[in-house]
Amino acid sequence: MGHVIELAGAARHYDSADTPALGPLTLTVEEGEALAVTGPSGSGKSTLLNLIAGLDKPSSGGVTVAGQRLDQLGERALARFRRERIGMVFQFFNLLDDLTVTDNILLPAQLAKTGGRAAAARAAELLETLGIAKHARAYPGRLSGGERQRVAVARALINRPALLLADEPTGALDSAAGQEVRELLIDLNRGGQTVVLVTHDDALAEACAGRRLHLVDGRIAFDRPTQDSKTRNEASAVTR
Amino acid sequence: MRRGGALGTVVRSGVGRRRLQTLVMVLVTMVAVVSAVVAGSLLVASSAPFDHAFARQHGAHLVVQVDAGAVDAAQLAATGRLPGVTAVAGPYPATTLTPVLDHGEAGPQLFTVGRPSATGGGVDELSLLSGRWPSAPGELVISTDYNGPEFTVGSTLRTTSGAALTIVGTASSVSGTAQAWMLPAGVDALPGSGGPAQQQELYRFAAADTATQLDAERAELARALPSGALLGTRSYLDTKLAADENAQSIAPFLLAFGALGLVMSVIIVASVVSGAVGSGMRRIGILKALGFTPGQVVRAYVAQALLPAALGTALGLVGGNLLAMPLLGDAQEAYGSASLAVSWWVDLAVGGSALLVVALAAVVPALRAGRLRTVDAIAVGRAPRTGRGQWAHRLATRLPVPRPVSYGLAGPFARPVRTAALVAAVAFSTAAATFASGLTSSANAIGHSREVDSGYAVTVDPMVFPHGGPGQADGAPARPIPLTAAQDATVVAAIKAQPGTAGYYAISGIQAAVSGVAGTVQTMLYTGDSPATGYDMLAGHWLTGPGQVVAPQHFLTTSGHRVGDTITLTSQGSSLPAVIVGESFNAGEGGMELSADLPAFLTGPGAPAIWTYGVALKPGVSTASYLSGLNTALAPLGVRGTERQGETSNIVVMVDAMTALLTLMLLVVAGLGVLNAVVLDTRERVRDLGVCKALGMTPGQVTAMVLTSVAGVGLVGGILGVPGGIALHDLVLPMVGHGMDSALPSQVTDVYHALELGLLGLGGVLIAMLGALLPAGWAARTRTATALRTE
Repeated sequence: MGHVIELAGAARHYDSADTPALGPLTLTVEEGEALAVTGPSGSGKSTLLNLIAGLDKPSSGGVTVAGQRLDQLGERALARFRRERIGMVFQFFNLLDDLTVTDNILLPAQLAKTGGRAAAARAAELLETLGIAKHARAYPGRLSGGERQRVAVARALINRPALLLADEPTGALDSAAGQEVRELLIDLNRGGQTVVLVTHDDALAEACAGRRLHLVDGRIAFDRPTQDSKTRNEASAVTR
Repeated sequence: MRRGGALGTVVRSGVGRRRLQTLVMVLVTMVAVVSAVVAGSLLVASSAPFDHAFARQHGAHLVVQVDAGAVDAAQLAATGRLPGVTAVAGPYPATTLTPVLDHGEAGPQLFTVGRPSATGGGVDELSLLSGRWPSAPGELVISTDYNGPEFTVGSTLRTTSGAALTIVGTASSVSGTAQAWMLPAGVDALPGSGGPAQQQELYRFAAADTATQLDAERAELARALPSGALLGTRSYLDTKLAADENAQSIAPFLLAFGALGLVMSVIIVASVVSGAVGSGMRRIGILKALGFTPGQVVRAYVAQALLPAALGTALGLVGGNLLAMPLLGDAQEAYGSASLAVSWWVDLAVGGSALLVVALAAVVPALRAGRLRTVDAIAVGRAPRTGRGQWAHRLATRLPVPRPVSYGLAGPFARPVRTAALVAAVAFSTAAATFASGLTSSANAIGHSREVDSGYAVTVDPMVFPHGGPGQADGAPARPIPLTAAQDATVVAAIKAQPGTAGYYAISGIQAAVSGVAGTVQTMLYTGDSPATGYDMLAGHWLTGPGQVVAPQHFLTTSGHRVGDTITLTSQGSSLPAVIVGESFNAGEGGMELSADLPAFLTGPGAPAIWTYGVALKPGVSTASYLSGLNTALAPLGVRGTERQGETSNIVVMVDAMTALLTLMLLVVAGLGVLNAVVLDTRERVRDLGVCKALGMTPGQVTAMVLTSVAGVGLVGGILGVPGGIALHDLVLPMVGHGMDSALPSQVTDVYHALELGLLGLGGVLIAMLGALLPAGWAARTRTATALRTE
């Protein structure tokens, strides 16, 4: 299995601050891996996510995602890269309120100029898989938080991205809805989807990810497998 | 603690925080005020300019010319004591000067009056426009009425009688009493003067409202003077008719433009201000949460709107006055009235109205915001929007266009009120552009219609110097004289002999008495093998043979004649019948000028000299080479042909300049309105834009999405605006015709063409796109990560 993410001494400075907000950071994430990035506020979690998503560029070092050096791409190429290779899920869902659930899900496919029938079939499949098919023609404003986040996940997956980025995906949800999303992410990863999850929630990180990267002041405080994954691996070894 | 307390801090930070919006408000108010000041002052200037100037100058009700040899000073002075005479000025010595132009030819004559001062003793108080009044006999002041070459102050005017006079100033007389003025001693001192043959006396009467009253006063004067002493009189009503011809024709244009500009300015200012208050809703919620009362919120937001508006108004008043000056100068030339300036009350009314509109526009949304529950106001922008515009998105997704385009097209439906204001702004500006385009074409067509010989490339002015030019070797002052009949025949022969001649006409004029009309009528006499191209015709046809006459509508209305009638023209003792073969669009001489083909009037003793020849050239003939050959042939006569210069009247220049300026300003106001609306929209949708970019929308696609969000608005505005502009044009033009007491020919009314209208309609899209370009670029450049964090 190859690297989906590779950061080589990537650092991000803001304005003229001497200390970087992030890094320098060297890091790899394998295909099919689920990485949870944790840390206190201001530790650089969102900056790291923005670099991986191609929403921001490192001040130094390199960022390679799905084989593409993002720090060398222009805005236009980055946009294309995002629409084809990255799926993003946000804390506040960031659905477009004036589009129906289906239209929200289809938007990245339409931007990627995926054929109409293929995109519609994929959207229907995701609506079904994620249990939101009955809301296909509804508007996001009428859905619960958990349902909206499922729509956001469906939208993120419509183009079969190499990488799913989730930024505090349960942060705006009640515990029941949070649990639903947690299970959804676990299922996706089990299905082979590479996931990078940014969260404050240690329990979510432990449950969803096989590996946890903890940041403090922009640097890696620890990078280790999660307890749950150890348990899962041990259980797996015993089974074998 | 900072001055002004919490409210002052809120207002200052509100104005300073949204700099672009503040700038747009300053600019919109400024341009709206400039437009209103210019339109308003021109409207004032065009409203009865003659009456205003006549009252200001204490104009003469009757200008009288008497034979100086037939009446003595005592008799003349006695007329000032006649019943009904309220003021009198004169007698002023009068004479006619013929200037010698640069190349030695004679210029148009100047009827010159000698008077001691410009004030005129309470009658005909001249407006001295530049320079000073003469202080020595050799000095001259030129009237703005003089229709000849321009003489600058300080230059020397040489006359055919050998005088060299220094131009010391320019002046205007609303009564048109003279084309130049000197000191009385100056007239007496002119070379060859044995004392003036004429004297001028100016009268004001207690009752002078109607022609009948003035006729009675004229008769009274004639009885009081020795027989034959009264050489001629002119009533101020005649002068007024000619002066108001321009004013009455242009006033409807100005009225329409002024109204258009004001309505549009109100819409845009109101939309910009209410948009600004509406966009601050969440801030208002926070202020209320901090303890601001609804009243304080209203005051804060009205003040926030008034601060930039006050700056824009101040700048607009300065700019409006500066811009109005040259246009008022054109108006002065066009109206032929005394000097005009922006009235102080126009500034006051426009400035006050602008601030009132802004305050009202701010109060309504501010009151709404003030009444809003604090928790709801804070939630604005956070809670998901529901309802409006979603159906449009559903429909737009079905369009076979790229997704950013369909998403942009549906955008305006989410904000119907703002979109309606935007559509109105674009529609008004497109209507203004359409109206302006038609107006310019119509004004040019009216100007063109006054040219009777537009198809003739060459003119020959047949004035000759008897010794070959002025300032002869024998020292005798040369005086240009008209051609003799034999010389006329030679000129005609030379023109006909030129190989490139397609046709020619000659023109002269007489004052003729016409059955059914009091007094005499200026009658232009056409002859030649091709009697000019003619005026635009309203009915019948242009002259095609002898015995025909063409009359303007005003003449027909006044005289009670119709096309097909035979009238009798009498001049110099001869009477000739003529058939009215056409009704022309010709406003010359107050709509009373006849055009006739009556060769008998041009022969025999006392026949008028030919004024000019017009020559039409065969296709492909070079004017320069033709003139070279013609002038060689005419050289022995001392006559020269020149290329015909098309004349552009002051009124056309003024209409064109005013139209261009007002249209430009209205377009700028509309563009700023669009800019503001799109800025507000982009700010409100910045998170959505961030989402789109995060999902892979390129900067180009974001730009396309924002631009297409206004393209539909522009198209609808353009589609509504074009017929609106045509309707306005069609509404205004008959008023122009009414002012001229004439129907308008199709060349003046049918000025729109399909291609032009299509382009004007698309112009609405262009206005909208240009207005949206800046915020579209801003949206495309916004960092995705930043946009996603925006609440």
